[in-house]
Amino acid sequence: MSVAPDASIPELDVRRLLCPIPVIRTQDRVKTMVPGALLDVLATDPGVLNDLPAWCRINGHRVVATDRRDGTIVVRVEVGGAAS
Amino acid sequence: MNTEQVEIRPGETPPRRRRALALVSGGLDSMLAVKVMQAQGIEVEGVNFYTGFCVEGHTHAIRERDRKKPKRNNALWVAEQLGIKLHIIDISEEYKNVVLYPQYGYGAHMNPCLDCKIFMVNKATLMLRQAEDLAEQCAADGDGFDFIITGEVIGQRPKSQLKWTMPLIARESGAEDRLLRPLCAKNLPPTLPEREGWVDREQLHSITGRSRAPQMALAKAFGLEEYAQPAGGCCFLTDESYSKKLGDLWQARKRKDYDLDDILLLKIGRHLRPRPHFKLIISREAGETEFLQGYRYQFSSFEMVSHGGPLTLIDGEFESEEEALWAASIVARFSQGREAEEVTMTWQAPKGVGKLLKVKPMPADDIPKEWHVGGT
Ligand code: SF4
Repeated sequence: MSVAPDASIPELDVRRLLCPIPVIRTQDRVKTMVPGALLDVLATDPGVLNDLPAWCRINGHRVVATDRRDGTIVVRVEVGGAAS
Repeated sequence: MNTEQVEIRPGETPPRRRRALALVSGGLDSMLAVKVMQAQGIEVEGVNFYTGFCVEGHTHAIRERDRKKPKRNNALWVAEQLGIKLHIIDISEEYKNVVLYPQYGYGAHMNPCLDCKIFMVNKATLMLRQAEDLAEQCAADGDGFDFIITGEVIGQRPKSQLKWTMPLIARESGAEDRLLRPLCAKNLPPTLPEREGWVDREQLHSITGRSRAPQMALAKAFGLEEYAQPAGGCCFLTDESYSKKLGDLWQARKRKDYDLDDILLLKIGRHLRPRPHFKLIISREAGETEFLQGYRYQFSSFEMVSHGGPLTLIDGEFESEEEALWAASIVARFSQGREAEEVTMTWQAPKGVGKLLKVKPMPADDIPKEWHVGGT
């Protein structure tokens, strides 16, 4: 599913970092966010395509959509009710 | 499930469900330890510590041939199978002290397993205390953890998992008797969760030794059909070649130290040290070349122009231009122009100023094996 760029959605830039660091950074960022908020994670490690959805499922968050923009993988995460 | 009946008198609150924090590595043992607890009605959450030396993930992301394998973070996958939350915590910075100055020394290679276990259990203990404090502050009983579990088995690992190291880890980590090893607990004195009756000791296990058969049988009993390949392979510090590269790095720098980029780069490419004062990190394929590109602002580099070939990072400084040409001829050996009379490549400073070099590739026989740090 494509992720239309949206300037109102905060971005987390984890490009060039290798898994699980993108997951760790997402986890730390999500802790500071309120339920229902959206976050665009920008990554280059294709591992995020498996690991971020798994992390979201475990912790009650949701991957709304994923996309590729100019070599960057964008994963849009919706913070769940019980932020971990 | 624990079916024990508890009598609650009017006005009394029912006893809360006990909660354990599990060290989840992604392997079978920690998976089984969680299962054993869940079978007793204990609520479990997992914690996985990122040291920087973890094998999975990194090489997958970099090397083409590894990219084709299904990619997953085993700790996350295990947590999902078990239906538990997982906290992944970056301890890479603090972990340096463990790797650089292990009080109990190294294992077969640069693996400081005993210190590592103490450190990880200690971190989990701190989490347990923080959770307790938080629960007290919020007056919301039930948020904290009561004890820690690990998948340790006596005799499984030659250094860190011995009968005498078990109490040592419990003591030195500060976890004391809140540390329970469900897979071998019956061979150890009862811990607090057992004495308090939160956990039934009779339903714990007494696995010992290096054989994996008891774990396989237990996995079968739990109906677990898929799990990560057990024992070893999860930490680069147990790898001989990697450990040699790390030792070489310390020797060349004349000090024991590293940062995250250093230890990441040790996982990538061929490492050749033709002279004590410089090392060549030569990519082996397109995925590695792409990854090393990201380091060109930090290192000077060679890049082939006339032929296809690797990108090379230069860790150190050449003493003269002649030496740079000589090093370029070594690198040319690993390019598609290895049989050519002459190849061209750029020699680029970290922030971009480049020079064209023309060299004759060095014959293979002139490249001694000893230059290959940690083997070819
Ligand atoms: S193998 Fe690595 S992660 Fe595991 S205990 Fe030893 S040093 Fe620690």
